[in-house]
Amino acid sequence: MKQQDFELKYNDLWGQLEDAIEQKETSGLNNFPFAYRRICHHLAIAKHRRYSTYLIERLNQLVLKCHHLLYKHNPRFNHQILSFLIRGFPRALHANKKFIWLATALFLLPGILMFTLCYLNSDMIYSVMGAESVRDFESMYDPENSAMGRERESDTDLLMFGYYIKHNIGISFQMFAGGMLYGLGAVFFLFYNGLLLGAAAGHMANIGLTDTFFPFVIGHGAFELTAIVLSGAAGLIIGFALIDPGPHSRIVALQHASHEAIKIIYGSTIMLLIAAFLEAFWSSSSELPNVIKYSVGAFFWVVVIGYCYFFGKGTVNES
Amino acid sequence: MNQLDTIYLVETPEGIDLQAELAGPIVRSLAYAIDLTIRGFALGIISIVLAFAGNIGIGIILLISFILEWFYPVFFEIYNNGQTIGKKMMGLTVVNDDLTAINWGSSLIRNLLRFADFFPFAYLCGFISMILTNKFQRLGDLAAGSLVIYKQKTKINTALPKCQTHPSPFPLSFEDQIAIIAFTERHDQLSDERQQELADILGDVIQQKSRRIDYLRGIGSWLLGVK
Repeated sequence: MKQQDFELKYNDLWGQLEDAIEQKETSGLNNFPFAYRRICHHLAIAKHRRYSTYLIERLNQLVLKCHHLLYKHNPRFNHQILSFLIRGFPRALHANKKFIWLATALFLLPGILMFTLCYLNSDMIYSVMGAESVRDFESMYDPENSAMGRERESDTDLLMFGYYIKHNIGISFQMFAGGMLYGLGAVFFLFYNGLLLGAAAGHMANIGLTDTFFPFVIGHGAFELTAIVLSGAAGLIIGFALIDPGPHSRIVALQHASHEAIKIIYGSTIMLLIAAFLEAFWSSSSELPNVIKYSVGAFFWVVVIGYCYFFGKGTVNES
Repeated sequence: MNQLDTIYLVETPEGIDLQAELAGPIVRSLAYAIDLTIRGFALGIISIVLAFAGNIGIGIILLISFILEWFYPVFFEIYNNGQTIGKKMMGLTVVNDDLTAINWGSSLIRNLLRFADFFPFAYLCGFISMILTNKFQRLGDLAAGSLVIYKQKTKINTALPKCQTHPSPFPLSFEDQIAIIAFTERHDQLSDERQQELADILGDVIQQKSRRIDYLRGIGSWLLGVK
């Protein structure tokens, strides 16, 4: 068949499909997958018979667009959030528990070390923080202040909420991305944040501001610290895939690991949103007695750790 | 076979090869620069407006800058066929490496990993990765399994020249047929002088110089099946 006859014969079908794609409305075509298979066939014929470039290009474009439409990944992200929180996230945690334990160790050990050192020696804090920051930091938790965390009016709650979101979730994403440097970035951020937070807590205990500092941090800390460790673990998953890709090529191992790690990042981002909300609107309140803050804080810790530890446990074998 | 080429082929379940043209570092940098400018302006304008709202305003500015920094590309890639504004202006689009439309997971991975691509400054890692991989992928693309390709506009079928059709006086090889057909189809895109120059190659076959172009077009049209 000559090219002109070929075009004449099928031009109507191609035109219909092109219009349908333009309007993103394929329901008008009585059988889209069938039409798609036909134009695939046409493209193959056109290539085989070496019809002219413009025709092959036109068919290729058409097939490409139909292919996009037909093989669309499931876009119903919204409906999946609940099932992700109940099953997907804890399951991902459980499947990667060795990385989570490693991240916990990388965060806690330097933290405990610095806590002890700073608790015993009041000058130790200056090894990780400048004098200026230490003074600011101490004044934040001065019992004379009306609100803990920052000296502030109620309208600064929202300001701090914005700040916590930008800062904390930014760190979480950086830890994830830091995994690309063979995990070194994630290790660095875990270790560094462990040192810094341990030092801060130790120093507060040393100078005796326990009654303002610890009630402030215990509530949102449950979500924030856990999320930081989990983000670090996500980075470690990526880093480990690059170091030891197992039976796959490095690229393939990296792609598998990233799609696994991003699940943990979804969860830790949600946890950091909760943490930022608590930190801005709950932890900073100075009207609540400490006993309530401690008990609510302890409750949060039990919930978060229980959720991470027990929810995923039984479900792994199902899949 | 690892050819040095920007054409990327994917075999679909229907047994055909889909073809896409990969976008290189320069055009992608330009698209990024456009996006960066747009984001900067958007944040600047919002900041000026909200600066009057005191601390609440600053809080909202921080939130918006966070969202713009990390989710601007994700939002456009999901809801605008893989095209941020900059990519649209440069005619690019982001797809999965099987040429399907990009999905949430992959888009988030490639965009959150920007931080690693940026390291140590000005997207140095990403740039090195792009020129070392044969599909121009930065680190985020490698991890997500995504590609940036050109989104071509459909070319309009140019009308064939009007002339008398006639078969070739002697059998033509397949390659010769294709060359003559292409010559006929591209009558609009080549200058008259160039067409004459090309036709003159066949000076031994077609004696009369002024007739050469028309003669070739006639054979081309006949080969295409014009009656």
